[in-house]
Amino acid sequence: MIGRITLQLALLLIFAPLPLGVINKTKALFAGRVGPPLLQPYYDLARLWRKGFVISRTTTWVFLAGPVVGLVVPLLAALLLPFGGLTAPISFTGDLILFVYLFGLSRFFTAAAALDTGSSFEGMGAAREVTFSCLAEPTLLFSLLVLASGAKSLNLGALFGPQLAGQWQNGNSASLGLIFVALFVVLLVENSRIPFDDPNTHLELTMVHEVMVLDHSGPALGMILYGAAMKLMVLSAMLVRIAVPAQTGSLLFDLLIFLAGLLMLAVLIGIVESTMARLQLPRIPQVLVGTTLLSIFALILVLR
Amino acid sequence: MNRSKIYRFRHGLAVPLAELALLDFTQFRETLLDEVASGARVVAYFGLPVDREVELYSIFAHDWTSELALIRTRVCGSFPSLTPECPQLHLFERELAEQFGLRPEGHPWLKPVRFHRAWIDAADIWGRPAGEQPIPGDMEFYRVEGEEVHEVAVGPVHAGVIEPGHFRFQCHGEQVMHLEISLGYQHRGIEQLLTGGPHPSSVYQMEAAAGDTTVGHTTVYAQLLESLANCKVPLRAQALRAIALELERLANHVGDIGALAGDVGFLPTASFCGRLRGDYLNLTAELCGSRFGRGLIRPGGVGFDLDGTLPLPFLERLKQLEENTRGAIELCFDSPSVLGRFEGTGLVKADAAEALGLVGVAARACGLVRDVRLHHPFGGLCDRFDTPIIEFDGDVFARSNVRRREIYASFELLHQLFKNLPEGEIRLPLGPLAAESLAVSLSEGWRGEVVHTAITDAQGRIARYKIIDPSFHNWSGLALSLRGGQISDFPLCNKSFNLSYCGVDL
Repeated sequence: MIGRITLQLALLLIFAPLPLGVINKTKALFAGRVGPPLLQPYYDLARLWRKGFVISRTTTWVFLAGPVVGLVVPLLAALLLPFGGLTAPISFTGDLILFVYLFGLSRFFTAAAALDTGSSFEGMGAAREVTFSCLAEPTLLFSLLVLASGAKSLNLGALFGPQLAGQWQNGNSASLGLIFVALFVVLLVENSRIPFDDPNTHLELTMVHEVMVLDHSGPALGMILYGAAMKLMVLSAMLVRIAVPAQTGSLLFDLLIFLAGLLMLAVLIGIVESTMARLQLPRIPQVLVGTTLLSIFALILVLR
Repeated sequence: MNRSKIYRFRHGLAVPLAELALLDFTQFRETLLDEVASGARVVAYFGLPVDREVELYSIFAHDWTSELALIRTRVCGSFPSLTPECPQLHLFERELAEQFGLRPEGHPWLKPVRFHRAWIDAADIWGRPAGEQPIPGDMEFYRVEGEEVHEVAVGPVHAGVIEPGHFRFQCHGEQVMHLEISLGYQHRGIEQLLTGGPHPSSVYQMEAAAGDTTVGHTTVYAQLLESLANCKVPLRAQALRAIALELERLANHVGDIGALAGDVGFLPTASFCGRLRGDYLNLTAELCGSRFGRGLIRPGGVGFDLDGTLPLPFLERLKQLEENTRGAIELCFDSPSVLGRFEGTGLVKADAAEALGLVGVAARACGLVRDVRLHHPFGGLCDRFDTPIIEFDGDVFARSNVRRREIYASFELLHQLFKNLPEGEIRLPLGPLAAESLAVSLSEGWRGEVVHTAITDAQGRIARYKIIDPSFHNWSGLALSLRGGQISDFPLCNKSFNLSYCGVDL
């Protein structure tokens, strides 16, 4: 048990920033640039960690709770989820609800930390983030329910367990395809990627997630970035598992398949970001309602 | 002496002030409103202090007859504002109020423009303490109050490397009800530096009036002095000026389309255009050694000639660049997700654009046919330009499409200009300026109409120099385009206008 937990956390902590490097490299290739080194996200984290804090006098402890919760939540969530063929270290009935709302908790604290600064920008960003994620939440829940009804179980370990491979064959493939698309959209929304948000923009009026963390600096910003990278990896892990439900039985091979899947997904995100412009802000809720409908439809297909 | 009430003349001629009647204000006001009603635009409206009074000059452009018109009057202390009947004067009147302590009675939006002390010994109409430098942005902003209404202030320090300006949004949720823009952070007093000139340093100050419009502003400055000195510029020099102007247009338009793509997060075009802009700047550098065309345009002609062998490799490089540019631009205009962002965003209606007197790209995107190259050409190159680019929708798409089509038109123009490059002199000595005269000079810079006006004194020195950058008119257009729009669309709208801050601050 302790060994499994350590392995899972070590995987997450070590590999989380890598997909970001892959995304940036892919985008650079599409733009005809060399781009930053693959390991740039690691260098950035190291650089931020060496810096000092600058904390506004108007803020309270909530301001620092945001980054801390943002860092801890993906670590906890990762313990509930199988990474590829590796089984989940902690598993109990109904843990999928905990999984979904752990991210809700982190969002609450990030938004509270943003409001704590009293800046009109950050308030605007918090309002946007909360609006979009509460629309993304049903999609995530319905998608998990689709998997749950296939697996006849309510724990994530079983949902993403060895039975998933069978689902693709026994007539549920249409549903799985639909929720893959829906979850991919959730992945992009939750991790503030194009077309829903632009992680590279400097235009504070258009930002969603980035504007909430404008006042954080140094190690606090590092914690936020690290937390975001881990969140990307945890959510990606679900998609990778749905797309590649292979189970070799060998720990090493399962691990390699999982990591390769993660990097492929990062390339896919990079391609989407390079070929699409950002959506207009009022369009985002419409897209999210669309994906909710998509996941409900998938559920109907499974229950039929 | 025969003095006409209104003096009509053509671009490139100096007006002897003795031939211009001094109207009383009622007459001035009626003539001005009549002219505007008959389709003229006010291209300049400014004051010259005389004794204890201020002489007001208004210059009109009749675009379709290629004619300019001039009237003047004298005011003291206060005068009834013309802005309610003629909104395009609103900034000019605010400027007069700030420079000479005049009060335009009944001006609906009487606030400082550049936050400097009055030019003459006059009381400040806003009651700011005398002898103290006013602080930019220190004024009453328009405020909306009520449930769920909030105010967002951006700048003057921005997140990107751009010029300083302050933007105040009154928002209801994500919707903008009103945007107020306050500039003046870069006021250098360029107009006053020219008084008593032209000085040896003047041409360098013109090059820096708005750095991205170096060729535009120096061309207009040179034309102005040539008009006053009655100097006929050699055709070759004029062609070289036209080439530089089109290269400046290309560099800026290509850069703008890249920036627009970057703002909506469409990376390939953003990166390609960023590089291509540099290539166009390098072409200008090959012409004169400066990427922004500094040192190229000089009163009387141009400072550098194009070597006999240079046009050929120049054209070859241009051809290569044209291919790459078309590729990068079409990639962006073929993407539905980009068009979805551009279309319908930042609308300015044609009648609003006309009332505010918008110029350049912003005006042509609203369906207004305003292009100095067509209407008021200078010198002997009249026949080169006959197709202004017009779009009708007035949104971000229209403004970017005007740019895209102007880029393609500029390629054509450059090819023609290179092919028909006249031989001969490139610079003539500039004689003394005509005394007690006024001259107006216009040019279609990449952003729009650049206007300079000068009045000379009895010794032929400049008594008053007036610079009007297209941004001066168009900032109000940007504020209007945000009405009822999304606050998250502001950066995109802003980029689609891409106005100069220092061109207004002067």
